[in-house]
Formats: sequence, C-alpha cells, structure tokens
Amino acid sequence: MFFYYVRLALLSYRRNPVLSSLMVLAVAVGIGAYMVIFTMNYYMGGDPIPQKSEQLHHIQFDYGNPDIPNFEPPPQLTWLDATAMLEQTTAYPRTATSKFVAIIEPPGNEVRPFFVNGRGNSADFFSMFDVPFKYGSGWDRSADVNRDLVVVLSDELNERLFGGRDSTGETLVMHGMNFTVTGVMDRWQPAPKFYDVNNGSFDPVEEAYIPWELIISQELNRSGSTNCWQAPEGTGLQAFLNAECAWIQFWVELPDADARSDYSMLVDNYVAEQRSLGRMRMPVEQRLFNVNEWMIEQEVHPDETRILGALAGMLLAVCLLNTVGLLLSKFLGKAGEIGVRQALGAHRGSLFIQHLIEAGVIGAIGGVLGIGVAALGLEGIKVLIGSLMITEWMRLDLTVMALTIALAIVSTIIAGLYPIWRACNINPSVHLKSQ
Amino acid sequence: MEFGPILRSLLRNKLGVLLIALQIAFTMTVTVNAVYIIDQRSERMARPSGLDEANIFHLSSVGYGNNFNESVVSTEDLALIKALPGVLDATVMNAIPVSGSGSSTGVGLEPDRPETSVQTAMYTADENVLNTLGLNLVAGRPFTSNDVRRGARDMDRTQSTAILTTALAERIFPGEGMQAIGRTIYNPGGGAIEIVGLVERLQTPWAESSFIEQSMIIPEVVNDGSTLYMVRTAPGERDRLMMEVEELLAAQGHERILRNNRSFEETRENSYRLDSVMATILYVVIGTLMFITAMGIVGLAVFSINRRRKQIGTRRALGATRPAILRYFLLENLLISGSGVVLGALLTLAFNMFLVQTFDMPRIDWFYAPVGMLVLIILGQLAALAPAAKASGIAPAMATRSV
Repeated sequence: MFFYYVRLALLSYRRNPVLSSLMVLAVAVGIGAYMVIFTMNYYMGGDPIPQKSEQLHHIQFDYGNPDIPNFEPPPQLTWLDATAMLEQTTAYPRTATSKFVAIIEPPGNEVRPFFVNGRGNSADFFSMFDVPFKYGSGWDRSADVNRDLVVVLSDELNERLFGGRDSTGETLVMHGMNFTVTGVMDRWQPAPKFYDVNNGSFDPVEEAYIPWELIISQELNRSGSTNCWQAPEGTGLQAFLNAECAWIQFWVELPDADARSDYSMLVDNYVAEQRSLGRMRMPVEQRLFNVNEWMIEQEVHPDETRILGALAGMLLAVCLLNTVGLLLSKFLGKAGEIGVRQALGAHRGSLFIQHLIEAGVIGAIGGVLGIGVAALGLEGIKVLIGSLMITEWMRLDLTVMALTIALAIVSTIIAGLYPIWRACNINPSVHLKSQ
Repeated sequence: MEFGPILRSLLRNKLGVLLIALQIAFTMTVTVNAVYIIDQRSERMARPSGLDEANIFHLSSVGYGNNFNESVVSTEDLALIKALPGVLDATVMNAIPVSGSGSSTGVGLEPDRPETSVQTAMYTADENVLNTLGLNLVAGRPFTSNDVRRGARDMDRTQSTAILTTALAERIFPGEGMQAIGRTIYNPGGGAIEIVGLVERLQTPWAESSFIEQSMIIPEVVNDGSTLYMVRTAPGERDRLMMEVEELLAAQGHERILRNNRSFEETRENSYRLDSVMATILYVVIGTLMFITAMGIVGLAVFSINRRRKQIGTRRALGATRPAILRYFLLENLLISGSGVVLGALLTLAFNMFLVQTFDMPRIDWFYAPVGMLVLIILGQLAALAPAAKASGIAPAMATRSV
C-alpha cells in the first residue's frame, strides 16, 4: 500500500508540476539554509573533544588590579604561576603551553629556510589531548626536566622537511639549534582549537612542538597574546617572567569528581598563599573550568553564527508557511479526485494516509535538494571566509545529511496536517455533481 | 470602494490570509533586522584608518644565523627601499594598524596610578612615520632623528617623546586635548613621555577594540629579531614596487626570511573579513526570503482567483470593468500585506530587543520599521500584479459556464 501511495504521490506531482516544484523548492531552500547555519553552530558551539571534555580542566586565577575599572581577569597564566602549578601537580597529567615562532633551516640548499608557528608544551600534552601519531610518539617528563632538544612535527611539516617519511630520530635545525624528532603527528585539527582560544579559536594547529621550558631557557621568540596588568620591575627577560603578565595556557586532566574537588582545593590553597603575598587580589567566581565550561566562559561561539541561527529559523518558518499554503491549494484543487475516491469507498483514514505520504514525498525530494543547497551554501561560505580561519570542519557528514532529510520530511508533514485534514473532509457529492 | 466585500470574502478564507500575513511578518522581521546588522557592519568597515590606505604596503624581515646584524641590515634595507623610484618614504614599525596584532599600554597624568590611566595602542617607528603612513599632523611637530631611540628590547625607557592621536589627547586632557603639546604623561611603569605632536587620526591594530581611535607613536627602533617595513609609494606604483622591493632585499644575500609582503588594503580587508562575510550571507538570506514570500503570494493569489473564476465572470457580466477587477485583487492583497506588516513591525521590534539583550547590539533606529513595511507592501503588490491582471482578463462569458 505504501508504495502504491508513493506512486500516486509521484503521479500527483507530475499532474501539477509547477505548484509541486514550487513546494519542493521552498522546502529545499528553507531546509538547506537552515542546515548551513546549523552545521556552523554545531561545530562552533560544539564539544571539540567529547571523549575527554569532562576531564580536561583549565585554571583561571584571580588576576588583575581591582583599581583598574572594568578589568576582566586574563584567562592565561603568568610564568610564576605556570611553573608553580607544574611542580605542584604531581598526581595528574598536566601541561603548560604557549606559542613561539622560529626559523627552520633545512639541510642542503634545496629548501630555503622558512618560518614556523610552534608550540611549547609539557610531555603530557599529547596523551591528554588524544593527539594522533603517524610515526613515533611524544617525549616523556624527563625530557621536560632535562630541557632536551626534542621536537614533534605536524604531518605537513614532516612532508615539507622529510618528504613524508618516518623521520623519528632525525635532526633538524630550528632557532639555530639541533632538535631531534621524536614523533610525527597524524592529521589533527580540533575545532574550536580548545586548548588555546586566546590566539584565534579556529586557527590551524601549530607545526612544531617542543618542551615548553625551552621557550625560556633557549630564549625562543614567544608569540601569542600577552596581557600585563602591572609593569615589570626592571628590564630584561627575568623581570618579564616575574611580572604580572599572563601568556601561558595551563591544562590538567582530572579523571573524576573526586579528583576535581581535590585539585580545586590545591588551587584554592595556592591562591590563598599568593594573596597573602599581595598578589591575586581580584576575586573570580570559578577557578577550574572543564573544556565545555571554558568554551562558554571564553565566548568561543561567535555571536555572528548565533544571530544567523535565529534568522535561519525564521527563514525556515517562512518556507514552511509557504508550503502549508501551497499544499492547501494543491489538495483542495484535487477535490474532484478525492470525491471520486471517497465515492468508490475509500475511508477517511486511508485518504489521510495517502495525503500524508504525498506530503512526505514532497518533503523527501525537498530534503535531497536541500542537501545540495546546504553543500552549496557551505562551499560559498568557505570561499567568503578564505584564510580567515580553518574551514575543513565545515562539511556535511552523514549525520547532518540524514538529519536534513528527516527534518524536511517531518516539517513538510507537519505543514501538511491542516491541508490534509481539509482535503479529507471534502463533501464528495458536491464535487461529483459538478463533474 | 470595495472594502466591505473584500473584507467579508477574506474573513471566509481566514487561513489563507493568515498564512500570507505571517509570511510577510516573518520576512519583514528578518529583512529589517538583517539590513540593520549590515548597516552597522558597513559603518564599522567604512571608518578611515588615518593612513594613505591605497598606497602603502608592508614587508617583514626575520633574521637567523649568527652573522645577521639586524640594526645594520635594517638601515641598509631602508636606504635601498627609499632609493627606488616611485617610493615616497619608508619606516620600521612594531605593528600594522588594523591588522589584529600589536601592543597596548596605559598612559595617565601621574606615574603609578593605573586607575587613572587611559588605554592606548602603542606604535614604535622611526622619524619618517608621519610621511610614510600619510598621517595628518594637526599640532606640534613631527619626530626628528634626534628623537629616535635605538637598541635592544630591554633598553632604557625612562624618558621619551610621543605623537598622539587627538582622540587620545582628548581622553587624557578632557576639553583641552589640542593644548596637549609639551605636556608630560606617564606609563604605568613610570616612564615619562613628552607629547610633541598630535595627528588627526590613527587607528589601533584592533578593529573591534573599544578604544580604536586612541593611539600613540613612540620614536623607537627595537632590534628584536624581526623587522617590519612600512613603505608608501606614489599612486598606482604600489603593486609593482611590492615585488621589486622583495626581490631587491632578497638579492642582498642576508641570512633572513622575507615574509608577509602585503598591501595595507589587503591587511585591513582581512581584519574586517568576518563583517563582510556576515553582510554577504545576510544579503543572500534577504534575497531568498523575498523570493520565497513573493512566490507564496503568487501561489495563493492564483489559487484564490481560480476558485472565484465564476464569480469574476459574473461581476464582469454585471458591468464591472477590467480595471475594477484588477483593483479588487490588488486591494485584497494590500489588506493582507497591511495586516502582515503591522504584525511584522511588532515582531521586528521584539526580535531587535532579543538581539539587544542577548548580543549587546545597539537598539534599532526608528525609521527602519516603517521603511521595511513600505518595502514589503510594494513587494506584495508586485507579486499580486500578474495574477490580478490575469483575473481581470477573465471573460464575462465565464459566468455561464458550469466549471
């Protein structure tokens, strides 16, 4: 019966192609536009590391000067506090991390020296953030302590330097020093780039990773946002390190609620101690944030896509209202046919199901076209955005495609309920008489 | 007029009317608010940076290896660049205006009183900065080579001179900004800064900052491994010189990398990319919505006319002229659109209140809603025109046919 009704629906489509196509178009455009914005919101406001977002935590200290009006406590850590937290966090995986820039001088004369964006991080960084490796691995904590000159490369950088072969154990010259490669990452691009949202939440990941302490001990060029609320006392690197300047991200992995309250106590004690030294005078409401809390606190989800979300919702509403109107015209236009079917003994129930399926078929065709509209829309937005941010996450996966078709069918059927009800309540005799 | 009969027939088809009215209301809500957002973004993007935007480009040089002497190389580079025909001037700076990255500090009337200090962008450059950027000096004097301090990152900064934007001077000395020449201000660290000049305008490196017009230039050249050259060219020569300068510097054979060779216009455009992306998406949304709504109006008008073919024929047979029929359907559409836009005006304001509350956007100007109402009424009339014209073409003989 189902397939018979589907065939009837297709026949009915062909009998009134302009009206039917108009409906399909309205559904496709409405659903397609909505799915474009939905996809963007889904990723930009979504969980970048669902398997671990509950465990990974960032620290927010009571930074700032209460005398400066409207001062928002900076979300990063100072060097003093980052090193102290590294030492005090013994029971859990943790990492201090910040960015640097350096020049790599490839051996030979074939490849000119070039500039890389790098990241300093502790040994635990790779396991904490589930970084996939193609070759080798990260380093262990002893390399952090010994300030070993080791490096993990991104897939692209390995391609560029070593032609993509397994380069573990080889050396490269960066910042004028010989680094030994311990591992090569596989493709990795969290979106949002949750572990460092201070320097572009949708920036590409860094290309070279080294033990974080090297940035200071080897005086690499720090990069990334730096926020000071008190001028350094004196000049030089050591004065800067001791100053109230925040430029380091600090993450700790706390396996469960007990660990969180345990660690929270440690942080609170540390703050109390620092306060007694005259620091950390700007009270904050919360000091430990898990990944999703941190994404909200740092307002990673752009206002733009949220506004567009509301507008796309209304666009969809207009398209559905349109569909209600068009379905109404279509079904009432079929009054004669419905009258004949009723006179031949069709129940209201079966008429109802027949038209439900007809609406569903229109929805399904609209949904399939909607996927095309959505894919086109996303490509268009990618072109507009260009290199402003990474856009590789902007794609329709199977879930989103299935969701698109489901949404199209369901909303078309809902839009069709009233027209169907009207169609089923046609008085057959009136229409039979006028034939 | 035919208001009475139109109203009565509309009341008999409440749902059809409601569907169109709601579509018009939603379309108006989206359109008006979207246009308002676009206007705000365009206003942001139109703010002048203060620079001679069309004729400036920048290029960075990053040295490596032990033989690289930054201060020697940068002096040589500047001399080479300035000797090229078509180059008007060049300077070294620490940051590019409206590029997204730079340095900021606080300055105030007293040392060590951060609570009284005013936020400002801090640019450093050599004495050629005003001419290179094309800034408009409105008081005081430009820098001289004696003002310029050269050295490493941690050199002594207890005394220096500065050129401020008038907006910054006005914030520090309310009401007497233009008399700021010769006065001294302080960095929170304690350095004293003598104001020697004021420029009309120079935006900060951050397009979205709350103090975008508050900038200060310190005559200082820091050797920190990376040198940023800003170059101003004669009109029309920029693109040619961008290539020539990079080739010339590369040919010097120093151990350094040249990167980020871009025109100022491109850098500025990148900073506002999100705004222009947003505007483009909104234009597409508005266009789509208008089209869909117009189609909806056409569809329902055709439907309602087809249902009333016999009535129309009867009216024609009883002496109604073609223009009278046309007028009837246009008036019917006007009534529907009218109720739609009234509802739309309410929805528009409600949605704007939501935007104001949720996203801290400013309230919509009063004239947006009336203009939106007018535009949608015109859209409705245009959409109804073709079906109404077709209706007026129905022959009086239709009254005698049975279907």
